[in-house]
Amino acid sequence: MSNEIAILGAGMHPWGKWGHNFVQYGVAAAREALADAGVPWRDVRFVSGGATVRCGYPGYVAGATFAQALGWQGAEVNTSYAACASGSQALAAARNKILSGECEVALVVGADTTPKGFLAPAGGYRPEDPDWVRFYLGITNPTYFALYARRRMDLYGDTQEDFAQVKVKNARAGSKNPRARYRKCFSVEDVAASAMVADPLRLMDICATSDGGAALIVSSLDYARRIGKADAPRVAAISTVTPSFASGVVEMPDIATDSAAAAGIEAQSFRASLPVKAYEEAGIGPEDVNVAEVYDLSTALELDWIEDLQLAPRGEAAQLLRNGDTAIGGRIPVNPSGGLACFGEAVPAQALAQVCELTWQLRGQSGDRQVEGAKVGITANQGLFGHGSSVIVKR
Amino acid sequence: MSDKPLAPAIEGWHTMGDQPHLIGTRCTACGTYFFPKQSHYCKNPDCDSTDFEEVELSRTGTVWSYTNACYEPPAPFVAPQPFEPYAIAAVQLEAEQMVVLGQVVTGVDTEQLSVGMPVELVLETLHETDDDIKVTWKWKPVAA
Repeated sequence: MSNEIAILGAGMHPWGKWGHNFVQYGVAAAREALADAGVPWRDVRFVSGGATVRCGYPGYVAGATFAQALGWQGAEVNTSYAACASGSQALAAARNKILSGECEVALVVGADTTPKGFLAPAGGYRPEDPDWVRFYLGITNPTYFALYARRRMDLYGDTQEDFAQVKVKNARAGSKNPRARYRKCFSVEDVAASAMVADPLRLMDICATSDGGAALIVSSLDYARRIGKADAPRVAAISTVTPSFASGVVEMPDIATDSAAAAGIEAQSFRASLPVKAYEEAGIGPEDVNVAEVYDLSTALELDWIEDLQLAPRGEAAQLLRNGDTAIGGRIPVNPSGGLACFGEAVPAQALAQVCELTWQLRGQSGDRQVEGAKVGITANQGLFGHGSSVIVKR
Repeated sequence: MSDKPLAPAIEGWHTMGDQPHLIGTRCTACGTYFFPKQSHYCKNPDCDSTDFEEVELSRTGTVWSYTNACYEPPAPFVAPQPFEPYAIAAVQLEAEQMVVLGQVVTGVDTEQLSVGMPVELVLETLHETDDDIKVTWKWKPVAA
């Protein structure tokens, strides 16, 4: 029996710094997805929301909040919080509901309104909270991205110009995406002229935080056939695995890694483990992938992801970039949406936005940023506290 | 410099004195180290021990990676005015098979660091309060 579900509709509220209530973005995205699917709102029997923790109680119960805003119609609701992977967990909840036969059509939606600047922890003296500890000791989010970037430079010979070229590539793609927040093209010189934040990363190497909303209408394959959408893109795999002990890469917000000193324990990479389950579940390999949307919190991190997704051997992602392989028109385009570089991060919406982009790409609806003939796409993201996800979409 | 007494910025996370150590715990059953201290449950999936001993971690290691902070972090960080950028290192401890983050001592910038470089743990001021000087662990390149 197939464990696939159909993606009937995708919708997004454009990313930006609009300062509105997050519900507004979610409703706009949901309505666009419903219209795109051609599914009446009352047919949706499950509403699965990605939670936001920055917008008070309505954000904690986002599924119900969106269902109420769209008009209570007696559907069941769910809210998932899994940091950057919240959207994927919400999608997984909808898939379970559909595959178990409990519902035929579900709405999956996430939206956020984010504050400016560093994301800071709660105050007081709270050494039991690793997030408090690292800020107290002067370690911010860019610190972690910069540690990974510098290691690439020292181990693989990547350069700051390579990192800048990731920004140049993603900015060019994003300039063709009407939903992106930043749609200006940049040069390597522009990146080099931006302020150093955490050596070797400059301001333009690091993604911003944004407001935004994304939504999907998903259904059973049977329902898709009945409404004449048998050829709709399908979710072929969702991986939301935890890390495996001992996690050997120091991860935000921790001050130290796990220890791999015990017998039979080896240091593991969480990022690299995420797509493994996705590939297994979809029954495909990295050689089958035509397009990828990865979590480029920094430019250098996009190169790590390319290797974690096994699209290049370890240490060789920069060479792929230099060859033009990861640009639109290249062998394996990465972040044709423009990525976080052009969107900025809207946490509970971001994993869904990645799937929206793949949906449009696989339908051939991406206009000037179309990856020609794309049949299989993969997403990847990673957030705080052992949350991450990888979703495979195919047509 | 004031003559206020020195106090650890975070109580119980390192020893004081000239040869400071981070204080962690070690699972008596499987040998896994923990920093910060963990003394209620072992995080090794193959171990259900609840018995831990407090241990001083190695005070030397090698640089896993490094960076700096060019902008003033938000509270609870207490920044000197004017703000001075500082380097940060992630350091691999051999016996413990783990990586520990920390600032790098004042006066050492990223150009003087490299992956694999040996470093040692020292104490340095994090910030001052009305009553004392809060010190924390920092990494310092070992003189060649």
